[in-house]
Amino acid sequence: MTLVQPLELIQSAAKGDRPWDWLGLVPFFAFALAFLVLPALSIAVRSFQDNAGQFTLQNILDLRQPNIMSAYAVSIRLSLVTALIGGVLGALMAYTVTAGGLPEKVRSPLVTFSGVASNFAGVPLAFAFIATLGRLGLMTGWLKNLGLDLYAQGFNLYTFWGLMLTYLYFQIPLTVLILVPAFDGLRREWREAAENLGASSWDYWRQVALPILMPSLLGTMILLFGNAFGAHATAYALTGGQINLVTILIDAQIRGDALQNPGLGNALALGMVVIMAVSIALYSWLQRRTSRWVR
Amino acid sequence: MTDSTRRGNLWAWLWMAIGTLYFAIPLIATIDFSLRAQKDTLSLAAYSNIFDDPKFFESFTFSALTALGAIALSWLLIVPTAYWVQLRLPRMRPVMELITLLPFVVPAVVLVFGLIRTYSTTLLNTRTGGWILLTVAYVVLSFPYMYRAVDTGMRAINVQTLTEAAQSLGASWPAVILRVIFPNLRVALLNGAFITFAIVMGEFTIAALLAQPAFGPYMNLLASSKVYEPSALAVVSFALTWGAIGIVQLLGRGSSGQLGGPR
Repeated sequence: MTLVQPLELIQSAAKGDRPWDWLGLVPFFAFALAFLVLPALSIAVRSFQDNAGQFTLQNILDLRQPNIMSAYAVSIRLSLVTALIGGVLGALMAYTVTAGGLPEKVRSPLVTFSGVASNFAGVPLAFAFIATLGRLGLMTGWLKNLGLDLYAQGFNLYTFWGLMLTYLYFQIPLTVLILVPAFDGLRREWREAAENLGASSWDYWRQVALPILMPSLLGTMILLFGNAFGAHATAYALTGGQINLVTILIDAQIRGDALQNPGLGNALALGMVVIMAVSIALYSWLQRRTSRWVR
Repeated sequence: MTDSTRRGNLWAWLWMAIGTLYFAIPLIATIDFSLRAQKDTLSLAAYSNIFDDPKFFESFTFSALTALGAIALSWLLIVPTAYWVQLRLPRMRPVMELITLLPFVVPAVVLVFGLIRTYSTTLLNTRTGGWILLTVAYVVLSFPYMYRAVDTGMRAINVQTLTEAAQSLGASWPAVILRVIFPNLRVALLNGAFITFAIVMGEFTIAALLAQPAFGPYMNLLASSKVYEPSALAVVSFALTWGAIGIVQLLGRGSSGQLGGPR
């Protein structure tokens, strides 16, 4: 390897600057430009234009309408809550199958199931929860027989808390998928070293394991936040477009039965992209910090 | 075994039991609900109703064909590009990673919004144009999964040596890519393909907003007119997802099914 590498470097340096090398990237970049970058950029540009194409900040300022501010607030709250709960519960599950004393046999089915469940979102997931916790749902019926009438108690699947329970169905498995490798990265030697130095289990977690895992945990929660923030189909199918989320508002804007202000629609979408971009940037920053420990 | 590890095990089992219940009950409830289309008896009536519905097959076939189109196009775009970056332009690797991550930054509803705004006067004017737009949107959705799978696969084989060997035997560029690189990436390509398939078959947002007769919008439409059939569809859809992702896990030992996209 050591002998080959310098040779390859010389070769690629010699070849690398041939201008037609760049031609090989044209198809992909042209495609990405046409169907991803340009559409996204055009939204950003048009957010700062009025109907006549003049530069304006009005669209951004218009976002202050109570209806829109509340959509952002609900979307952010829903994403935060499901990221926190999903992250903590998913971490516990990932821990129990790695170091937590459950047999190896549990692990592989759990990881496979997590792969499926984290991809099981949207319309069918909404149906599954209607069949479970809707007014005629199985669980609702069971609890009623036990004397607990959920809907009389004020629970409603088609609102914030119902949506939260539904989102957790893909948030928790996603956490498990991401965190199982992180927990695997905790070396047995670290624990042994800590115990040899007189650390209790609590000391080990507080001073060794948690600090190492923290970037992974936080990073995962940020990813979960973005995952919930961008989600649309699940909420739409569950509530029939009735709940006030940013994705639902944009949907209504495209279908053309609300808002009636194209510039505002662009600003709405731009706001989403900005929030997503910040969370993904944070995520990749934390990822780089983690990669020092978890290989 | 000490007392504390035994107590630890008990907690682990308890957590696992609670988790299992949370994930099993909706599935059981959906299956149960789907069997209740006939009063007071369990039957497969809801299933036979949906399988008898010509719209079911039309939308299913439509989505499956669109998925295959998106997978093929995604392969053709990503494999030569990832190969070329690996072989000649390694310094472009971070740019590739950034671009293929963008679909996570631009949510589906925003992507379709941008596509409609950009192409409403050109592609969206015709039926075929709408379908093309849907397919390319799915190719974009596939980028994060496909690129990562292909890139991992590409690192595992020695691209440089394979290419030089093929070329010194007289192979042309297309021959190198189609007959040397593609076969060596078999597992990675299937990985990306099955995840893309699972995503496309259940996708609702883009198809609905482009007014395409896909499976996702069909499922949603059915919910407004039927009671039991939607849960039968959810069971079918879950089985489909399970099949696709199960194969990915078998092929790739679970590494690339990692990121569920927002939906």
